Amino acid sequence: MEVFDVRLHLLWSDILIFLLVASLCVFVVTVVRNPLARKRWSQVFESRIGSASFLVILFYVLIALTDSVHFQKKLDQAGDSGEVHYAPEVTSLLDLALAPMFGRDEKTYSAPFAIHSFAKENMELPEGGVMRDYPRLEHGGSHLDDDAQHEADIVVKSMTVVGWTLVPVLILLFLHHSFMKKRDSRLPWPVIYFTFSAIVVVSSWALYMSQFYHVLGTDKVGQDVLYGAVKAVRTGVLIGTLATLVTLPLAVLLGISAGYFRGWVDDVVQYIYTTLNSIPGILLIAASVLLIDVYIETHPEQFKLLSDRADFKFVALCFILGMTSWTGLCRLLRAETLKLSQLEYVQAAHAFGVSRWRVIMRHILPNTTHLILIALVLDFSGFVLAEAVLSYIGVGVDPSMKSWGNMINEARAELAREPVVWWSVIAAFILMFVLVLAANLFSDRVRDAFDPRMSGSGDNK
Amino acid sequence: MLAYIIRRLIYAIPILIGVNLLTFALFFVVNTPEQMARVQLGDKHVTEEAVQEWKAQRGYDKPLLINGEAEGAGTFTETIFFEKSLSLFALDFGKSDAGRNIAADIEQRMWPSLAVALPTFIIGISVNIAFALFVVMFRASIFDTSAMILCVGLMSVSGVFYVIAGQFFFAKEWSLVPISGYLGGADAWRFLLLPVIIGVISGIGGGTRLYRTLFLEEANKDYVRTARAKGVAELTVLFRHILPNGMIPILTSVVVVIPSLFMGSLLVESFFGIPGLGSYTLDAIQAQDFAIVRSMVFLGSVLYIIGLLLTDISYTLVDPRVRLS
Repeated sequence: MEVFDVRLHLLWSDILIFLLVASLCVFVVTVVRNPLARKRWSQVFESRIGSASFLVILFYVLIALTDSVHFQKKLDQAGDSGEVHYAPEVTSLLDLALAPMFGRDEKTYSAPFAIHSFAKENMELPEGGVMRDYPRLEHGGSHLDDDAQHEADIVVKSMTVVGWTLVPVLILLFLHHSFMKKRDSRLPWPVIYFTFSAIVVVSSWALYMSQFYHVLGTDKVGQDVLYGAVKAVRTGVLIGTLATLVTLPLAVLLGISAGYFRGWVDDVVQYIYTTLNSIPGILLIAASVLLIDVYIETHPEQFKLLSDRADFKFVALCFILGMTSWTGLCRLLRAETLKLSQLEYVQAAHAFGVSRWRVIMRHILPNTTHLILIALVLDFSGFVLAEAVLSYIGVGVDPSMKSWGNMINEARAELAREPVVWWSVIAAFILMFVLVLAANLFSDRVRDAFDPRMSGSGDNK
Repeated sequence: MLAYIIRRLIYAIPILIGVNLLTFALFFVVNTPEQMARVQLGDKHVTEEAVQEWKAQRGYDKPLLINGEAEGAGTFTETIFFEKSLSLFALDFGKSDAGRNIAADIEQRMWPSLAVALPTFIIGISVNIAFALFVVMFRASIFDTSAMILCVGLMSVSGVFYVIAGQFFFAKEWSLVPISGYLGGADAWRFLLLPVIIGVISGIGGGTRLYRTLFLEEANKDYVRTARAKGVAELTVLFRHILPNGMIPILTSVVVVIPSLFMGSLLVESFFGIPGLGSYTLDAIQAQDFAIVRSMVFLGSVLYIIGLLLTDISYTLVDPRVRLS
């Protein structure tokens, strides 16, 4: 098969995201080994909202991961010297899964499930003369013999695919359920089952239907909107995780050492974060992004492919976002460390002659993990939202990269049209809203489980 | 108190120098005065003389940070950084690279910014406090739970969507207000209505949730229980005890943004085409006008530092136990 004639071409963000997954695995192992942490985490997953939102986030992350294995396809014609040439654009595993949506471009806008174009065109009639009407789409609904069957066909196909996926899913869940009964699990299985089957059914419905129609319509250049929106998942998830991860070492290192060593270290750290804080965040980001733009323009030789350029800008953006937003967590950690280092057990450790490094690692850091975790999960949704705003004012990800911010940006001008082209905005809105909502709900549960102060005053459940 | 304030103001100087250095570095790491001149002069075939003249006119013909040719203190004073950035401490904003008087621009653009930011701030806080109090009244009920879920939902919507939806429905479909733009004078309210409403709505989710936590913390305290045990009516407890005491952390936490209201909101102003300081800064970044960016960043930092100082002072006002020393 020619599909296998490929050359792996990992982008920088791909490598980073897989490093991230690896470190996440290490984190999970340490959590499982530590009884206290395990108890806290099981508290998160035993709540209905916690496990449901986790499943949704997991689904997004899986999409992002499959979209992070990039390769270049081999070109058909070999070079003169017999050497192999590869396509200049990169493809990802996700592109293979989304094959039905890809490369079936129409001419321009078409509404979701439409079989006719959105705008009227002049068409020459076979018997001569010109008619002005909505032209038939090239791909949307091209399997139909008779256009009158359009609505019925959508309903029938939807029912079929939902039925065909629901049956195996239900059987699987039933098997799992009867197997699980023997073990005493406190996880909210009904909710997990429901969320799981909802994800499976919706995604397989969308995938199946897009073989025949453009489920979410097409955009200005005729590309499938659903394809773009799903490709944007990677951008959203990566910007959230990578930027969050950049904040982590800075905030932890500076915050804890300021609180622990005090004196001039504290002064320097406080000076740094007050200075950074007093510059309006967006200004700092905008200025840095422009800087990256200029760098890319003046060093074209470092970026062989177009996607390398976009990816470099993207990784840089993640770093910039992270660099401008670590101050909040740093401040929290400094205050907490100041408090902790006054406690008796830390004093006792000092009296026993335990080295400062060991005191930090054994006594201070573990007692601040709840703060770090809560901040990490909260930051994630903030960064996803920030991407939309930044792309909108023109300092976000590269315009050639699919992202929700870029989709909104492109579609905004079209809201002035009559009738309105609403599907791009709505598609970006829904996909983004679901991810951010899930992240927010999950962070709530994490906070309830890990922050002893909040559990008393928060929801009494 | 006075000694404390003076000391804090002295501390502000190294911070402001740091801010200036950072903006300066960000601008000149990749950008040379040469390129700035070409961007500003516009056309592609600029003669070398024109570039040199542009630089000389605006004082960009000196070294960036350290002048090796000058002697003594001149090593540091005869540089772009010293002449351009440090003159800001005398509130001398100078002329923009495009030749406009920055101080006059700021004076003129401050008012539209304030006209949007101030109502948004005041109405936003009042609405959030009212909602939070209402939710606290029905705490631990189904109403409380569903209100909190609604808040999380509102928080999960990108601000861009609030703007798009607001402009689409209020301005386009129902033609109630203009989509964007600004006019001074009596008609200004028609242009301000939508940005203010959008600003308030986009803050409701997060604000209500935060204030609810603060009020709940207060509601669980002993004196509230005592008041109830004495037989004080629930509404009286809410308005006489919980509200005033819960207001303390709320007010002290918002004081820091009050001076910055002058700067306006970059986003709201650029979305709604309001000619305030926020859009001024954004335009300057896109046009690479370093003089304006530098002045605005400096102004923003000064206002932020004043905000921090006001926060400290407000603590002593509401809580006599806090002493500034």
